[in-house]
Amino acid sequence: MGNYFSFPDLLIWLPLVAGIICFLCRKEQSAKTISILASLLVLGVSIASLFYTNDKKYLHFNNVNYIWLKYIGANYFIGIDGTGRLLTLLTAIGFPLVLMSASRTKYVSAPSFYGLLLLTQAGLMGVFCSLDALSFYFFWELALIPVYFLASRWGGEKRIQATFKFFVYTFTGSLLMLIGIIYVYLQTGSRTFEDGTVVAHSFSLSSFYNAALSSKEQFGLFWLFFIAFAVKMPVFPFHTWQPDAYDQSPTPVTMVLSGIMVKMGLFGAIRWLIPMFPAATLRFNEVVIILCMIGIVYASCLAMVQDNLKKLVAYSSIAHIGLMCAALFTLNPVGIQGTMIQLFHHGINIIGMWVVLNMIERQTGIKQISQLGGLAQKAPKLTILFVIVALANIALPLTNAFTGELLMFTGLFQYNHWYAAIAGIGIILSAVYTLNMIQKVFYGEWKPVSNFFPDLSITEKLVLVIIVALVFVFGVYPQPLIDLTKESVNQLLMRLK
Amino acid sequence: MNMVWLIPILPLIGFLINGLGRNSLPKAVSGFIGSITVLASFVLSLLVFMQVKAGNFHQTLHYFDFIRLESFTIPFNFTIDALSSLFLLIITGVGFLIHVYSTAYMHEEDGKDYAKYFAYLNLFVFSMLLLVMGGNFVVMFIGWEGVGLCSYLLIGYWYKNEAYTDAAKKAFIMNRIGDLGFLLAVFWLISKLGTVQYDEVFNAANLAKLTATDITGITLLLFVGATGKSAQIPLYTWLPDAMAGPTPVSALIHAATMVTAGIYMIARSNALFSLAPITQSVITVIGLATALLAATIALRQYDIKKVLAYSTVSQLGFMFLALGTGNYVAAVFHVLTHAFFKALMFLGSGSVIHAMGGEQDIRNMGGLHKHMKITSITFLIGCLAISGIPGLSGFFSKDEILAGTFAHSPLLYGIALFTALLTAFYMFRLYILTFSGTFRGTHEQEHHLHESPNAMTIPLIILAILSVIGGYIGVPEALGGHHELAAFLSPVVKSTTHHLSHNTEYILMAVSTLLVIVSIFIAVFRFRRYSTEQNNVFTKWLENKWYIDELYDAIIVKPIRGFSNFLNQFVEKRIIDDAVNGVGRAVNYGSRQLRWLQSGQVGAYVLLMVIGMLLLFIIQLFL
Amino acid sequence: MDIKAYIILSLTLFTIGVIGVLVRRNAIIIFMCVELMLNAVNLLLVAFSKMHAMSPAAKALPTFASDAQIFVFFIMVVAAAEVSVGLAIIVMMYRNIHSVDINFLNRLKN
Repeated sequence: MGNYFSFPDLLIWLPLVAGIICFLCRKEQSAKTISILASLLVLGVSIASLFYTNDKKYLHFNNVNYIWLKYIGANYFIGIDGTGRLLTLLTAIGFPLVLMSASRTKYVSAPSFYGLLLLTQAGLMGVFCSLDALSFYFFWELALIPVYFLASRWGGEKRIQATFKFFVYTFTGSLLMLIGIIYVYLQTGSRTFEDGTVVAHSFSLSSFYNAALSSKEQFGLFWLFFIAFAVKMPVFPFHTWQPDAYDQSPTPVTMVLSGIMVKMGLFGAIRWLIPMFPAATLRFNEVVIILCMIGIVYASCLAMVQDNLKKLVAYSSIAHIGLMCAALFTLNPVGIQGTMIQLFHHGINIIGMWVVLNMIERQTGIKQISQLGGLAQKAPKLTILFVIVALANIALPLTNAFTGELLMFTGLFQYNHWYAAIAGIGIILSAVYTLNMIQKVFYGEWKPVSNFFPDLSITEKLVLVIIVALVFVFGVYPQPLIDLTKESVNQLLMRLK
Repeated sequence: MNMVWLIPILPLIGFLINGLGRNSLPKAVSGFIGSITVLASFVLSLLVFMQVKAGNFHQTLHYFDFIRLESFTIPFNFTIDALSSLFLLIITGVGFLIHVYSTAYMHEEDGKDYAKYFAYLNLFVFSMLLLVMGGNFVVMFIGWEGVGLCSYLLIGYWYKNEAYTDAAKKAFIMNRIGDLGFLLAVFWLISKLGTVQYDEVFNAANLAKLTATDITGITLLLFVGATGKSAQIPLYTWLPDAMAGPTPVSALIHAATMVTAGIYMIARSNALFSLAPITQSVITVIGLATALLAATIALRQYDIKKVLAYSTVSQLGFMFLALGTGNYVAAVFHVLTHAFFKALMFLGSGSVIHAMGGEQDIRNMGGLHKHMKITSITFLIGCLAISGIPGLSGFFSKDEILAGTFAHSPLLYGIALFTALLTAFYMFRLYILTFSGTFRGTHEQEHHLHESPNAMTIPLIILAILSVIGGYIGVPEALGGHHELAAFLSPVVKSTTHHLSHNTEYILMAVSTLLVIVSIFIAVFRFRRYSTEQNNVFTKWLENKWYIDELYDAIIVKPIRGFSNFLNQFVEKRIIDDAVNGVGRAVNYGSRQLRWLQSGQVGAYVLLMVIGMLLLFIIQLFL
Repeated sequence: MDIKAYIILSLTLFTIGVIGVLVRRNAIIIFMCVELMLNAVNLLLVAFSKMHAMSPAAKALPTFASDAQIFVFFIMVVAAAEVSVGLAIIVMMYRNIHSVDINFLNRLKN
């Protein structure tokens, strides 16, 4: 049982309540203020939780365990360990940035927009904190549904098809996961509650870990879960929903999608997939790595020939996530450590990219690279900050992503040096399309139809400066994040023995 | 010694001040700040150098742990020894002169861009200093990519011009290809030794842990990185295009410092390379081939900077030739002398371009000697130095390289000697066409001709003096000297060339000097009275750089693009997307068919009821 | 009599009833066929009841195997009820579409 007041609780319920309040707002301005304040409050809570650490009880730290559906053994059981803390921190940092950068655009019925975003945050926090399979699933879906509404209501012209595909695809994956969860649930042992009732099975994390699963069962379940996570991340070939979804969604939603929601997939693999099915993981990790490698090269190639800015960044995101997933499945301590810290870094960097793209799209309304050009002449500050963020995305040394990529590649190399070489092609290609994008959009002669393009506003400058600061701080001194997630890495590896 | 960390930090501060304050700082202030930080670093480097020289000093300064895992740690530390302190001097010294030169050269830029220029230049110095001061391969790599970035920013400095930004992009990408090799080598080292620290990697015990395959692989991969950064075959085509950047940038980055990073890296790792004979042969061959190729192209270039660019590629080839033959000290020596005379000549060309109002084609120049005496004389000194005329710095370093090559293989020596002759020839072609004869430009240009301001000529003079006296630190024993440079570097850099007898050395020196002088005379006579040069098939090839760029475009760029397009159109759109959409369409089709059941006809419903009952009946009976 | 004859007769009547329901368009005729089916079943029930009553085991118990005959009464009652409701529906149908052709009843479509 937990204390009456605990950090994970706050992290989930604050945004939830704030979101509901937002819905009730009439004016756009009050919704904006409430949402930004709430998200900053969540950030404060998250940072505070970092200090109240207790390294020994890393897994069930500060947990809360309320009886929810007693007779089937599902609890509202949340707690955060190293990885969870990292990802909740990312969510807590990401959302104020997203909300601040969204606040410049005028949205129809804005209160619901901001309310839905906050609901998404609540769902995401829940996913990262859940220590009970049913609440994990619950929050997983809870994060998905507001995104669907956000995209279908405020998106681009082809939003209905794109969001429909996105929703059905993800949902199918989640259903497969649900089947898997129920199956594992039926294999778990019994569990006694405090008041003496005994239930035959339980959904909690520890009983899932200890469920006796034969190898054959593990193999099948591994794929059920993996497909769900693979759709979310996305991993080739389950990625086709992503470029359209990113393209058609309003950019703040894309920030959330690519910055944080994809981490749900990786987190699911770290917290649920690999520890629960060690035998299957050892058997199939090569397959997963190969899929990811194909994804890296494939997505990088596709990114090179995209004319649509948003799709270009979408494909580059697939490539980055592919690398993270591959490094994770090398089951190599260095590689897994790299993936863990890269979860944070990639989130920050990609949000930075989308902030800039949001600005470009809002001012010029153009998404096609072929119609853009010479933005540096009118917006030099934006150019410089964007170049820094773009270079962070391609993992230039002294940026945060370099530290993650260094570790991931070392892990991948130790697993199989040819894979590292092939994935390295991704490094080169990423430089190609990123520099191409910078050159075509910012340098050269002014191309867009209208001549109006104000440089950064205060809010946007603030957002980008914060991101750039994070890029450099963690680029020079990444050790805190490594220390934060070290235990989780060890715990994960121990499960595999 | 505890101020060592200031050496890179000062230029970094200069970068921040100029970068953040670029909208408000007046030009004089930006230029001053940019230059003074580098000067301060130079003074500190001098102090460090003297300490190293006096005490035969060798220390690693640890600052913090960059990455600390259970299996290995990558600390962030600096190593101060003979090699790094020497490079520190080169970078900050020549860097300072170029900063001063830039204050006058970039004078026409408006305040914002002026400050941006100095900011980038300071950032470059910072990165380069990190590179040479790093105590392990990762810190070196941080500096390595940092200089690549600054190179990209500075080549594309005039960003409105698409050709320039294209050149910048090309430079960065080719660097990145090399960087992949470097990184793979780093990963290999981590996997095998669990460390990237220099003193740990080059420790004999650790080296013994590596198998021959390991060593060959690691060194080859490191060399791939070097080919990217130092413009060797096959990754050299970015350097001539990089001439799109401002001339002082070409002088600093693409002549004196960044391109020498590869040589520094290999010299630093000489313990490793000496154990890898296969790699050394590869380096020798590529170095020599690059030297020859670039020299031939330089024969027919008409842009003053392009000639110098190809000359740089060629000289870098010489340096790699030295490295390949185990003559590490000679390579470092040549880096030093080359920094002097090449920077001198680039700055001189900048002076010429400045006087000619932006003109860079030497066919439109001529007779500039009367108008720009200082530039002309210093440039001449540079040409003499690069040709290897005895008494000047280039003679000592180049001859040492040639001697080392001869010890390795007389055939290679022959080719190298031939390349040296070509070097003399094209350099003097350049000199004659630019500075002597009659002026071939327009009238307005002729009126505009003037000597450059002091801020530009004084660095020229200083560099010229250095080009003359710089070689005396490496006088070989054959001529009575002690080769102080070799002695100074010996704790860190151990050459493995065979020693030649003094007589052989004399003969080699005499032969090369004689042939070089002949080559110069041929050039002078050929180009004295200039008329258009003849063009035949062969020279067309040279003029078009052996069509290598076009080759790369055809076999690499276009296929990759085509492949990506194929993936996009065919695989992504048709196969995968259609598969997914196909599922949707199948469901749609199925449901439409099923919809016929809901015809609303009562009779149909009854029929279905009957059929259903029959089915149940049958199932009941038989199952 | 041989039980087989009753079975064949009952089956025949039933089949005719089924086919009639499926094929005919007039609602009233369909009703008649439904009645036919019901009565065919009745016939079969009675026949079997009699068959069992004539077996040796029935000597002891006069009401042996009379369940089926009771059941026949149930069926008749239900049939009567159903006919009354059904005819009422047909009358309403006629009032709306002025025909008893079932093909006109397709409002359930879509």
